[in-house]
Amino acid sequence: MKDDHTSAPRTVPIQSATFSNPVNAEIRRAAATGIYDIRGGGAKRKVPHFDDLLFLGASISRYPLEGYREACDTSVTLGTRYAKNPIKLDIPITIAGMSFGALSGAAKEALGRGATLAGTSTTTGDGGMTPEERGHSKTLVYQYLPSRYGMNPDDLRRADAIEVVVGQGAKPGGGGMLLGQKITDRVANMRNLPKGIDQRSACRHPDWTGPDDLEIKILELREITGWKVPIYIKVGGARPYFDTTLAVKAGADVVVLDGMQGGTAATQDVFIENVGMPTLACIREAVRALEDLGMHREVQLIVSGGIRTGADVAKCMALGADAVSIGTAALIALGDNDPKWEAEYQKLGTTAGAYDDWHEGNDPAGISTQNPDLASRLDPVEGGRRLRNYLKVMTLEAQTIARACGKNKLHNLEPEDLCALTMEAAAMAKVPLAGTDWWPGKPGTTF
Amino acid sequence: MQTIDMANTPLRDLNATLQAQAEATNQTAWEIVNPKGSHAIAVGLDAEIEVTVKGSTGYYCGGMNKLATINVHGSVGPGVAENMMSGTVIIDGDASQYAGATGHGGTLIIKGNASSRCGISMKGIDIIVHGNVGHMSAFMAQSGNLVVCGDAGDALGDSIYEARLFVRGSVKSLGADCIEKDMRPEHIALLTDLLERGGCDAKPEEFKRYGSARQLYNFNIDNAY
Repeated sequence: MKDDHTSAPRTVPIQSATFSNPVNAEIRRAAATGIYDIRGGGAKRKVPHFDDLLFLGASISRYPLEGYREACDTSVTLGTRYAKNPIKLDIPITIAGMSFGALSGAAKEALGRGATLAGTSTTTGDGGMTPEERGHSKTLVYQYLPSRYGMNPDDLRRADAIEVVVGQGAKPGGGGMLLGQKITDRVANMRNLPKGIDQRSACRHPDWTGPDDLEIKILELREITGWKVPIYIKVGGARPYFDTTLAVKAGADVVVLDGMQGGTAATQDVFIENVGMPTLACIREAVRALEDLGMHREVQLIVSGGIRTGADVAKCMALGADAVSIGTAALIALGDNDPKWEAEYQKLGTTAGAYDDWHEGNDPAGISTQNPDLASRLDPVEGGRRLRNYLKVMTLEAQTIARACGKNKLHNLEPEDLCALTMEAAAMAKVPLAGTDWWPGKPGTTF
Repeated sequence: MQTIDMANTPLRDLNATLQAQAEATNQTAWEIVNPKGSHAIAVGLDAEIEVTVKGSTGYYCGGMNKLATINVHGSVGPGVAENMMSGTVIIDGDASQYAGATGHGGTLIIKGNASSRCGISMKGIDIIVHGNVGHMSAFMAQSGNLVVCGDAGDALGDSIYEARLFVRGSVKSLGADCIEKDMRPEHIALLTDLLERGGCDAKPEEFKRYGSARQLYNFNIDNAY
């Protein structure tokens, strides 16, 4: 028989799970450029999330409310601890801080319009407060950031609340970078820096270090604003029990807790994907801290990072949050990553749904850009209407679930309304694995 | 002269009274006695009034000041005149950390020494220190002028942007991207004015100027370590 090597069976090519094609491509890119990847957005890796939880609904042991007709209150009041003028919102879904600079002026205006139409708040970002944002936002939260770009007492007093930003879920412990492409004359002027240079946002505040200092800093901010407005403290999801405890100790009215799926305008991909904890893992620990201090509901908890639907909202509330905050989802509602711009995404070497080079300023949707031609693609009135619609849908979805659980207020949702699909989610959310009465770490049980 | 005694006046009442002074007030001279190291004294002022603090203060004295002149007859804790917009703050004694941090405008005069991170992230303020400044002063300083009649500690002007630093004495070390620069006639003129405003008995020719080499302005892998 003729020895035919060409027809002998061969081992099929096997791709390494460790050195996958995307990993290898990144190694080659790093070797070629000498620059680590910077991008926007939050963690893209799959982590335990709200999809791993289910509501149980009502049956014989629970009495549901009629899905469309019976009242289900969605309002929330934030800042009841110290502020003379707490914030009252119609819905518990707020818009997270995103800067003018990272976003166009029209995008900021659209966020303000949409939030106002929906009866909720929006938030400034690094770089200060713009007149169009203040003008179109009934309730505006003013971020107090390490860079203090654009910070001034007049805007501080124009704010409805102040959010001291200690960290973000996308990069707890890290600062930010606004690359020179987006530093127009207006952005540069607001930040007191030359046009076109890369602007670093520091990772820590310049005039306080630990929680004792922060307490005095908050005293100063309250004295400047006459103790009128609530003061939030925003932390990235890192050590939620201790960070929440220290935020309360420092005098926060509201704690904002941002998990690793929370977005950023720009930071290193390695940071986004490898530092911080999933949002799901943060909530119960923060609530435990508030309960241990006797402050649950007196100091309100806002959760952010990967919230997309009314179900996500309801799950956060059931786990003990008072409200949630959305950033990436709000941008998608405005038109970010819309497939209608696919041809332009392709030109940028990406595709709709994956575009994350927000720092480069070439956003085809005209949102994360300072290019006037691109920015003109976003109509702030239409954008505001779309955001309003989306917030309405999320609220209706959350109400539907709450009624099915027999709750006439979103805030009455509770962990007992939930079960988990995975061991990981059960452990993080401290709710039973579906079909059991057990979760890993449940007091009085052994694994 | 209006006198407020902090021995029997709460901080909130003190600041509310000073903040309520309008631009056209006739009550332009205020004296605060018994400050006892309190924090956040005379913060958020917004009128051309003169406030004299008879004693030492805690954190953030004169924070976010606009228009007012605040003179502390003592020493101050961290963050004096932080984020000041305009006006003048004068410290007869020493200042702790972060003096003039992120200040956008106005003049801060420290007649003693200033601790570490003096002028951190300054954004237009003029800071004049009669004595020495500690380490990491003018870190990420964006604009404005820092005058040091004594010595500067380690890492002066680290990651500095466009602020101008003038030091008469020694500089223990310069921070990343901070270099010595020529003193041109315009800098002598500028420094002459600053020294005069600061009440300093020093000649501008005795100073060296430091500023940004502008090598870190755009991200480059060769600057990453």
